[in-house]
Amino acid sequence: MAEVQFRFRTDEPVADPAVTVDSFGEQSNAAAVRLEPGDDARDLLPHLDRLQLIEVNFPVFGDGRGYSAARILREAGYTGELRAVGDVLVDQIAFLRRCGFDAFAPEVPLDPADAEGAFTRFAEVYQPTTDGRAAIWAKRHG
Amino acid sequence: MYKYDTYDQAMVDARVEEFRDQVRRRLEGHITEDQFKPLRLMNGLYLQLHAYMLRVAIPYGTLSSAQMRMLGDIADKYDRGYGHFTTRQNIQYNWIKLEDAGDILADLASVEMHAIQTSGNCIRNTTSDQYAGAAADEVVDPRPYAELIRQWSTFHPEFSFLPRKFKMAVIASDIDRAAMKLHDIGIQIVRNDAGEIGAAFYVGGGMGRTPMIAPCINPFVPIDQFITYSEACLRVYNRYGRRDNKYKARIKILVHELGKDEYTRQVEEEFAHLLSQNIEPPLAELERIKAMFADPPFEAGAPDELDRSDPDFALWVDNNCVTHKQPGYIAATISLKPVGGIPGDASGEQIRLMADLARQYSFDELRVTHAQNIVLPHVKKADLYALWQVLEANGLGTPNLDLVGDIIACPGLDYCSLANARSIPVAQKISQRLSGKAQEIGELKLKISGCINACGHHHAGHIGILGVDRKGVENYQLLLGGSEAADTSLGQITGPGFDEDGIVDAVEKATQVYLANKEGGERFLDTYRRIGMAPFKEAIYG
Repeated sequence: MAEVQFRFRTDEPVADPAVTVDSFGEQSNAAAVRLEPGDDARDLLPHLDRLQLIEVNFPVFGDGRGYSAARILREAGYTGELRAVGDVLVDQIAFLRRCGFDAFAPEVPLDPADAEGAFTRFAEVYQPTTDGRAAIWAKRHG
Repeated sequence: MYKYDTYDQAMVDARVEEFRDQVRRRLEGHITEDQFKPLRLMNGLYLQLHAYMLRVAIPYGTLSSAQMRMLGDIADKYDRGYGHFTTRQNIQYNWIKLEDAGDILADLASVEMHAIQTSGNCIRNTTSDQYAGAAADEVVDPRPYAELIRQWSTFHPEFSFLPRKFKMAVIASDIDRAAMKLHDIGIQIVRNDAGEIGAAFYVGGGMGRTPMIAPCINPFVPIDQFITYSEACLRVYNRYGRRDNKYKARIKILVHELGKDEYTRQVEEEFAHLLSQNIEPPLAELERIKAMFADPPFEAGAPDELDRSDPDFALWVDNNCVTHKQPGYIAATISLKPVGGIPGDASGEQIRLMADLARQYSFDELRVTHAQNIVLPHVKKADLYALWQVLEANGLGTPNLDLVGDIIACPGLDYCSLANARSIPVAQKISQRLSGKAQEIGELKLKISGCINACGHHHAGHIGILGVDRKGVENYQLLLGGSEAADTSLGQITGPGFDEDGIVDAVEKATQVYLANKEGGERFLDTYRRIGMAPFKEAIYG
């Protein structure tokens, strides 16, 4: 299990291991679940209030389903930890952050300086998401 | 024309710095070619057969003179003196050195240009009608809507790792000059009976190995919701598009496999949800953009007559110019298809000349067409003869728009690492063989692809040619009856393929069948549709 390398939260990380979506249905007390690319994030929506950690796995960086999963969870009001795990590369992390991920556990740890650059390089964004950053159009017409 | 503000400029400047850093890491050996590949691809940099190729975005095909001039300078400074205009209204440079790529992007950024998302599995450059803002038949200028899409799609965080590339086109007239229904999303801006502007969505078209014509999934999305609707279309695709097979990963396969009705249902459901998320730019943003596409200061009462006494000029006017919405003006196409030339190629010098002519004669504006030509959209008729004389003197006056010599061709095996066969020499030979008969043959859209990926749009040609590899030998299949216009249709293969000379003969025979059978003012396509494939097959194989 890869270590969490970046975390943008101040609460204590959940100690429980994340269960699969299938077994989550039966273990009604689990606080951590792991989404695979083929899982439907909307299956979790009835249970968001008791989830503290949702891991989204990226088996290969090019499989972008996890980006939509993350936004769907945040749009539904999920406030717990959303952790990107697996083939998470330096050139994906800024996009992932914008989609609502607030923790990153890359299989291969990233160069800290490269990652810092990636998180901060683009000062402005064209699209609003749930990350709270104002879209450029909002600033133009603020 | 759209002008960047400080926000837009900061975005492309940051991208230049990011890419410089990525190239540095590669050149210093910190990252491998495998790790570098997805990064350079997101900046439009491909490793081709002989060198790197850089693809530069030309949003909705519109350029200012200063931008065009820069494209010419880049051709001379970093390439071998040429640029290649593409079927996506972009420009490609085929002889780029990796260590120059950062400087080229910086030069582009200095004239508000970039190479962002010109490759990769993301939303690509949005294309449009080359006569936008000039066409007499448009409901509105489609480009402000395309610009809004450009901004929305630039570094879209959710849609940067789609199952496959994603191409959008926006038009605003019933005559389709942008092959809109052959895009992943085609949008036609329309006005309803109440006089309101909206967007008709056509989703799931495309060429490639499984060509499909996009069905209309919603005939009228209110214009203050069309970005949200686009987002819904993309989200359903990102979640459910196939990722198990690269060749079945385009949205056309998803729409086909789910069926139009089920795909539409899912989009509408996602749309209803996304409306609550307030992601739509306000109409004020659309108005801000529209103001920059206001008409140039046309001269009222400019004379509408043309002196047609020079027959060569008259021929060029008839073939290459189209009616303008403003009396006294005309939209003129500069053909990049000289007889025997390389379709879409222009030298640095020619590119700069076209930039100067646009400044002098067309309110500083040019367009790139998906047929790989250049348009000066707003030329005063009184200036047209002077313009034509300069074009003619510089090898840019070929009067062959939409004629048999106006061939669309992909770069093919001369450059492209995906190609199975060469496209350019076939285009050159056909152009040479038939140029003398071009006027008699009339409108004939001939399109050549060097492999099944169909960058040369062969499915949509009145005559299409597909290059394949047959046991190590280049072989060319012939297709008849395709169209990319409002009557979109896909061409049918005639039968067994040909070698390079054989395909030129076969095309010539097809034109002879047409000439022998045409009735009245029929075009090649009309005659084919009336008499069917059989007479052509008989002449070609008999």
